[in-house]
Amino acid sequence: MTPALPHFLLLGAVLFGFGCFTAVTRSNAVGVLMGIELMLNGANVNFVAFHRYAATPLLEGQIFTLLVIVIAAAEAAVALGIVLAVYANQRSIDVSEADTLRD
Amino acid sequence: MFNPGDAVFYVVATAVIVCAAGVAFSKNILHAALYLLGALLGVGGVFVFLSADFLAVTQLMIYVGGVLVLILFAVMLTQRIGDRESSNPSKGVFGGSLVLLGLLGVFSWLATTIRWPAPSGKVLDTTTERIGDLLLGHWLIVFEVISLLLLATLVGAVVVARREPTP
Repeated sequence: MTPALPHFLLLGAVLFGFGCFTAVTRSNAVGVLMGIELMLNGANVNFVAFHRYAATPLLEGQIFTLLVIVIAAAEAAVALGIVLAVYANQRSIDVSEADTLRD
Repeated sequence: MFNPGDAVFYVVATAVIVCAAGVAFSKNILHAALYLLGALLGVGGVFVFLSADFLAVTQLMIYVGGVLVLILFAVMLTQRIGDRESSNPSKGVFGGSLVLLGLLGVFSWLATTIRWPAPSGKVLDTTTERIGDLLLGHWLIVFEVISLLLLATLVGAVVVARREPTP
């Protein structure tokens, strides 16, 4: 059985699903961030798979994946900075406890 | 005909899925971070199977070398690793499972039922040179915007994470 486009799409779907599950259920902010990284990776697998199996392969799929990777890195840096700032203020990074703006 | 490369792909894909499940269900946040390492490495391997060599190396350097180290730093700096029972609690597992099953169902149905156009069947050459040409040619504006975003991120992350001077 040779790997074909649906196999890569299924792999991307599983990554996205587990990432979404992680992001939804975790109450640790770093755990939520890990889920988001998994979701972005699932999307990346889909991009590159569609690029590889397109009828006329252009490189735009890979360019877009590069941009996604860069934005994921930027997002991780800012999000972890925020996590550290919240932890310094509250001694906790439970996402359901960081609600001081609501009160 | 049995092709060893295909078998390697399925092994890598299985490893990625197992590691993703580990991220989703591991009770210890440090274990979840290490499972994430495995998943990101595996996705880099999958990129190799999709003949995206430059992306595979980028995945290794940025995700495994950068993002994961950042995440590990955040874990070490914020969590008391000792109380591993409470380091990575899950809430709303039932709703999350519904989301997971729904997403998996819809995406699997889409991936298997749509008749995708036949691939060109051409294994691509090395992509680094063409990616460089495109990034500094046709997609130059995007490249510049991304670099501006990275600069803003650099400054913003420092400002956010800086310790306030105690009065």
